[in-house]
Amino acid sequence: MSTSTLVIALSKGRIYQDTLPLLAHAGIVPQDDPEKSRKLILDTNQPEVKLVVIRATDVPTYVQYGGADVGVAGKDVLMEHGGEGLYEPLDLRIARCRLMVAGRPGANDSNTRLRIATKFVNITRRYYAAQGKQVELIKLYGSMELAPLVGMADAIVDLVDTGNTLKANGLVPLEHIADISSRLIVNKASLKLHSQQIKTLIEQLRQAVAQQGP
Amino acid sequence: MTDSNCWLLPEGIDEALPPLARKLEHYRRHLLDIYTAWGYELVMPPLIEYLESLLTGAAHDLSLHTFKLTDQLNGRLMGVRADMTPQVARIDAHRLKHSAPTRLCYMGSVLRTRPDGLAGSRAPLQIGAELYGHAGLASDLEILKLMLATLQACEIPSIHLDLGHVGIFRTLSTLARLDQPQEALLFELLQRKALPEIEEFLNAHDAAPQYRQALAALAQLNGDLDVLGEARAALPTEQPGIEAALRHLEATASALQTQHPDIGLHLDLAELRGYHYHTGLVFAAYTPGMGQEIARGGRYDAIGEVFGRARPAVGFSADLKTLAGLSPSTPPAPERIFAPCSDDPALTQTIATLRAQGMCIVHALAPGDTADALGCQRRLHQHNQQWIIADI
Repeated sequence: MSTSTLVIALSKGRIYQDTLPLLAHAGIVPQDDPEKSRKLILDTNQPEVKLVVIRATDVPTYVQYGGADVGVAGKDVLMEHGGEGLYEPLDLRIARCRLMVAGRPGANDSNTRLRIATKFVNITRRYYAAQGKQVELIKLYGSMELAPLVGMADAIVDLVDTGNTLKANGLVPLEHIADISSRLIVNKASLKLHSQQIKTLIEQLRQAVAQQGP
Repeated sequence: MTDSNCWLLPEGIDEALPPLARKLEHYRRHLLDIYTAWGYELVMPPLIEYLESLLTGAAHDLSLHTFKLTDQLNGRLMGVRADMTPQVARIDAHRLKHSAPTRLCYMGSVLRTRPDGLAGSRAPLQIGAELYGHAGLASDLEILKLMLATLQACEIPSIHLDLGHVGIFRTLSTLARLDQPQEALLFELLQRKALPEIEEFLNAHDAAPQYRQALAALAQLNGDLDVLGEARAALPTEQPGIEAALRHLEATASALQTQHPDIGLHLDLAELRGYHYHTGLVFAAYTPGMGQEIARGGRYDAIGEVFGRARPAVGFSADLKTLAGLSPSTPPAPERIFAPCSDDPALTQTIATLRAQGMCIVHALAPGDTADALGCQRRLHQHNQQWIIADI
């Protein structure tokens, strides 16, 4: 890919859908639909701007190593990744939810060592360590809610949006860890090499976010 | 590990095979020749030394990156060097004790516990130069120009330089009365240019509004040379520390523009690479297509103090393997000349003469060896009792 091309990394689903209006404000409109196209690099109306649509957890990795110049990643993914080697200059205020500890009511009262099922092992370890608590971590890749039901864990750490899945399974939110929304992330070298192009994009997105309201 | 994969190297540990090894060695010699021509003397610090001196003073960031082992003679902890800069600083402060400016260069393998960067190496071949005993623009520029000479010698196609100055953040942090944990947190946020969190942090802090605004502005003060004008508007320039830093950046940038008009210049006032030991100008080089810096350096005036003598210091370093990887050309291999399997004294004499002239002669060990199998382009051939070089 030519060195003056700007590559933007997005993840499929909610982040992609919610980022499109913001990109449109910056004059960037994809020419292909990632749900239909089999192309991995999507063209946009601007020849110098390409989109790659990848797994959410891969976005920081692509941007960190310069596979993409900028990206959109949830704060949860960034906290888990560590954010090393990345700039995250803008809160896009999309895909908002909360990162919480959840379990059966009172599950976190016990004085014994808790077993926590989560896909966010780094965040969970840091969160409990900051409280002076040692916990056992069970890494899962999905359906965290199941773990307390089958007795595999005392509680889970997961994203909570409406809380309906928790409720349907007899679980409740117990502790609030962080408010989550998606951030614009930028590769460090890209900001220095394509300063003007990227700063303009950041400014346009900042205006788009401000227009969408709080 | 089963016997069948006993060839596997540890993660991040690599080796160089003939074409690459020749390239590395070519640039190693070439660069050391350049440093010698600039008056930099070569030092060879030890691969391993006591941890206290490796991690001394300012280099605590290095602890996590350093492989450690116990000296079985006395039970003290030793470290395998993860960065040669503190070693060279020790040599200048404690061993050489010159009072005039000292110019030193070095080249060697370092080991790091954690891979750096994409499919990162844990065993970079560090190359660098340090200039001790002068504080100011002249020495900063000399080191910057030597770093550019290094990159140009490696034929790196397009070089961009990023300049910063840790004095600005340090002055603002003191003015805003940040305590150490607060400074560490804000530093970490600035490294990520995490504007939402920076605003949140500063709103919760009770420093004077002008310093809060200045700290908030830092993360956006990056771009071309116009940044210096923006900085003058956004920062409290009545503070001597800040004004001095801006002037220094201005002078450095304009000197570079005049002398290296082909280099892309970028300024970033929130770039605090090595903040814990740098004391002034910091810089890094980038090239399109590489998501990470390819060479870095800066001023660190206090590092020699623990070794008995604080001297002004500025230097740069790079990983030769990275530079060689970016270099588009490979130095040509020497021509290999095949000598047949024979114990004719005339042949032995001819081989010795040609080798003394620097030619590459491959002497066959058995009559079945062929020039082709041994990778030779020409051969020694007996003609009128004389051994001459002939085509195959």
